[in-house]
Amino acid sequence: MNKGMDKILDVKNLSKVYGPGCPSCFELTGPKFNTNICPRCGSVIAAHNVSFDLYKGEILGIMGESGSGKSTAVKCLYFDQEPSSGSALFSDEKKHYELFKMNSAQQRHLANHHFGMVYQNPHQGLNFDISAGGNIAERLLMSEVDNYAAIRARATELLSRTEVLAERMDELPKNFSGGMQQRVQISKALAINPPLLFLDEVTTGLDLSVQAAILDLILEIQQQQQTAMIVVTHDLGVIRLLASRTLVMKYGRVIESGLTDQILEDPQHAYTQRLVASAL
Amino acid sequence: MMKKHNKTPILRVENYSKYFELHEQTRIIPSSHNVNLEVYSGKLTALIGPTGSGKSTVLKGIYRTYLPSSGRLLFRTHDNKEIDLAQSDEHKILELRRNEISFVTQFLHALPRQATEDIVAQPLIQHGMEESEAINISREMLDAMNLPERLWGISPATFSGGEKQRVNLARGLVSRPRLLLLDEPTASLDPTTTERVVCLIENLKRSGVAMLAIFHHPELVERMADIVVQLQPLIETETILKETA
Repeated sequence: MNKGMDKILDVKNLSKVYGPGCPSCFELTGPKFNTNICPRCGSVIAAHNVSFDLYKGEILGIMGESGSGKSTAVKCLYFDQEPSSGSALFSDEKKHYELFKMNSAQQRHLANHHFGMVYQNPHQGLNFDISAGGNIAERLLMSEVDNYAAIRARATELLSRTEVLAERMDELPKNFSGGMQQRVQISKALAINPPLLFLDEVTTGLDLSVQAAILDLILEIQQQQQTAMIVVTHDLGVIRLLASRTLVMKYGRVIESGLTDQILEDPQHAYTQRLVASAL
Repeated sequence: MMKKHNKTPILRVENYSKYFELHEQTRIIPSSHNVNLEVYSGKLTALIGPTGSGKSTVLKGIYRTYLPSSGRLLFRTHDNKEIDLAQSDEHKILELRRNEISFVTQFLHALPRQATEDIVAQPLIQHGMEESEAINISREMLDAMNLPERLWGISPATFSGGEKQRVNLARGLVSRPRLLLLDEPTASLDPTTTERVVCLIENLKRSGVAMLAIFHHPELVERMADIVVQLQPLIETETILKETA
């Protein structure tokens, strides 16, 4: 039984610096210095030497406070931002892609066909000028599904799967509640059955009951589709529920990583110990 | 050397120690100290010792919920390779948890909002078993645990301690792991249910499952254990650290 043993993502030394950068940037920032702003040149070190891998069907959690750099890593992988250095190898069906060596057209093509992204803010992931169904259609069109009936059928299937009433398919997202917008966003991300899904604080700011429904949905997708996911969150509960392994970030650095139950029950780093203690 | 078991052990724990380093309080809390034990297929090794002697910490170290501080945890895998659980990478540990090592604790940790029969079927489905078949086996197991049928379809959130524990046991036993870690599996059960659980554990043992267990009641140790390992109450390592500092 080798289920879940194929590596689909291998990220090495991913770094992202905002600003001019100088030789002291990495030496004078980080948890030890309690800052991610370089005192010499003022650059912000959003991420430094972030490395991890991800296997098929696995959910990896990235945990940290705001400003820790946890979203930066995911945004670089989804090509929303360009990393300053580092590499990421994505593998799907025996094909390998060096994410940061591709040109932007190749990157868009890859993201359209293989990745899904769900943002904290539905405005980032959805086009609010077109209907819920239209949003899903847009995603399908980008990956070359262009038969109207097929698109319509797929959109209906996805929305019912995420428990958005099919009758409301032709409504604009602005008419929906926050939880429903989030579900439409998930439908859109799932439209092409991506092997890799990025989830950036997707339950933050939602009612508890809505959070629960979204988390259940995410687990169901993982189990049925074997979708690998990276879940970025500051919420220990979300990490506990979803992730089998977890990275803890602070000031752009990964300060600790391990099995999720170990991170929560036997955290090694002072910062993680404080984080876990304050959650209980 | 123990020579009464002329088989190779499935698990050999050598000089395992675990202490917790609390940064905020700048303290080191010792938990398990220099533990040695062996576990064999079809046999039950019982850990005994007073409260605070680090019994649960041994099990959690083997399952890697705790990171061992020192020592070796040598596990013989199904393909007869010996690996040190203390050093194995996380993917390997996750794979072993899926396929070879189960842990039944005193408390039920399950996804909220899931029906009891689905919780118990989960390990089987993860192994690739057809859902309907997995549910059938799950129901048989719940029945064997004496859990009333009316509870199978609902989430255990509202169950009593004893009911939760039976769900927990059912889930741990259903996948027939090669190594089963049991932390007071009968602690909150009534005598009838305890008897059933004992029976199930005996059956699993006969089928070749290796077990490392902590029991609340000494008479269960007497009845079920093939090997007994006594953990010593901890010497005040904390004090020692201070004195030598």
